[in-house]
Amino acid sequence: MAKFEFPPSILSRPVWGRLEARSGKSHLMIADAEGAEAILDIATPELMENTHIIYIPKGANHADKLRALAPAQFYEGPSYDASVQRIRRVLSGAHMGLQVYLTGTESLMGQAMRETSTAGIPHSAVQTEHRGSVARRMQCVHCKGITEDVELDPFVCSHCGLNLFVRDHYSRRHAAYQGVCVDAEDHGNIPEPKGIYE
Amino acid sequence: MSGAEKIKVKVTEITPINELVTRFRFTQINGELLPTFSGGAHTVVEMDDGGITRLNPYSLMSDPYDQSSYTISVRRDDEGRGGSLFMHNNVTVGDEMTISYPVNLFSLDLRADKHLFIAGGIGITPFLAQIKQLERFNGNWELHYACRSEALGSYVNVLTDRHPNETHIYYDDQSQAINLVNLLDGQPLGTHVYVCGPKGMINWVRKTAEDAGWPRDNIHYEEFLAPQPGKPFEVKLATSNKVIQVGEHESLLEAMEREGVDAPYLCRGGACGQCETHVIGYDGQFIHRDHWLDDDEHASGEKIMPCVSRFEGKTLVLDR
Ligand code: FES
Repeated sequence: MAKFEFPPSILSRPVWGRLEARSGKSHLMIADAEGAEAILDIATPELMENTHIIYIPKGANHADKLRALAPAQFYEGPSYDASVQRIRRVLSGAHMGLQVYLTGTESLMGQAMRETSTAGIPHSAVQTEHRGSVARRMQCVHCKGITEDVELDPFVCSHCGLNLFVRDHYSRRHAAYQGVCVDAEDHGNIPEPKGIYE
Repeated sequence: MSGAEKIKVKVTEITPINELVTRFRFTQINGELLPTFSGGAHTVVEMDDGGITRLNPYSLMSDPYDQSSYTISVRRDDEGRGGSLFMHNNVTVGDEMTISYPVNLFSLDLRADKHLFIAGGIGITPFLAQIKQLERFNGNWELHYACRSEALGSYVNVLTDRHPNETHIYYDDQSQAINLVNLLDGQPLGTHVYVCGPKGMINWVRKTAEDAGWPRDNIHYEEFLAPQPGKPFEVKLATSNKVIQVGEHESLLEAMEREGVDAPYLCRGGACGQCETHVIGYDGQFIHRDHWLDDDEHASGEKIMPCVSRFEGKTLVLDR
């Protein structure tokens, strides 16, 4: 799958990198959907000996390929929310020297980054690589509700029903982009929704 | 006027700690309180050594919140350029001296869940202030301190009395050594490591931690770099329109100051970046000794840090 090049944007917008195998005592790889391919790209038998993979397929069928890498531990979770306890447990028992790799959707990387920061790993030390869907995790600035997997701009807040404009302003604390009411001044004047990057 | 702002102080107490180390206490001449600082800060002490002005940085070791006085510890270096000998031999109680406002290039990262301190010899001093700072907030810390011998173990007794559980002492002459690989291995996520001591120790800790996969942001170090003597050389200062000679026992920065050129500085030890100077032209070789410029910048021939670095060759023209 070709990598999507995000257009240049404001400083607030996170910049994702490209994974590389690094030296370290142990490795934690967290991926969703197509993120599995980024792991497959860097996996070596030596690396996998000390690697714990946490994978959320989101409908993709890469789990068997990851399992075939024979990582030290493999966990397949039905959703991010169902996996977050597992992520916290791994981090709370981890020691310095752990290398963290996050790959897949921005939502997954952002939320997992929040956990690693809380655990004391500076975000500059966490590797990321975007793969797959460019849909965003959005926070409504009005009701604070989160809408996942937003592909269109503007979109309807799944909590308060306002029509929201997709901003590049990003909150690390909420691991979400900010959505702002698009028709506040001129009620009912809502532009035709189109893809975020169209 | 370059450097941090100055404070006029009086020496109120001189305490020999052991054969090599002496502690000096300063209070403000005008009787006012001194500024607070943060653990790891240093002050630059001015010395008038028979007409030569010496400006040496020393870590503040007193409680950062105690504004009544500052203390520093000076290790006598018989082979050095004389600053420490001046402090040991010429300074007496009651003397008036000038020191700089505290500058911190080795501060604690207060986001850390745990602070792991590794000290060698006189490198203990910044940690003494940092420990006092952390104790106020019940900070989580641990000290591993290597000394040459019991007789030369500055402040070992104070540390082991007050903090028996956090302090670990290693004596070289008893063949005790820090088992660094093991020590780093068991540290919880969110630990920051700080090292201050001789160059070899700093390099060892940085390399071992990086090899074990520690993020660079979690590794902190401070080295006491003193300018090294070297062959005399000539420098043309383009902006000041002067040609000056740098003597064997002075740094390029000191030579500029001697000639009345107001060159910027803060740490005088190759760490802060303040003195960075653009090179206009050269024919010869740089002897870079700073921790500020990276390898590429050192190789480029475009920059020099005059507080610690030197030059050997025919011509050197600086934008100063
Ligand atoms: S004065 Fe700090 S690097 Fe030269």
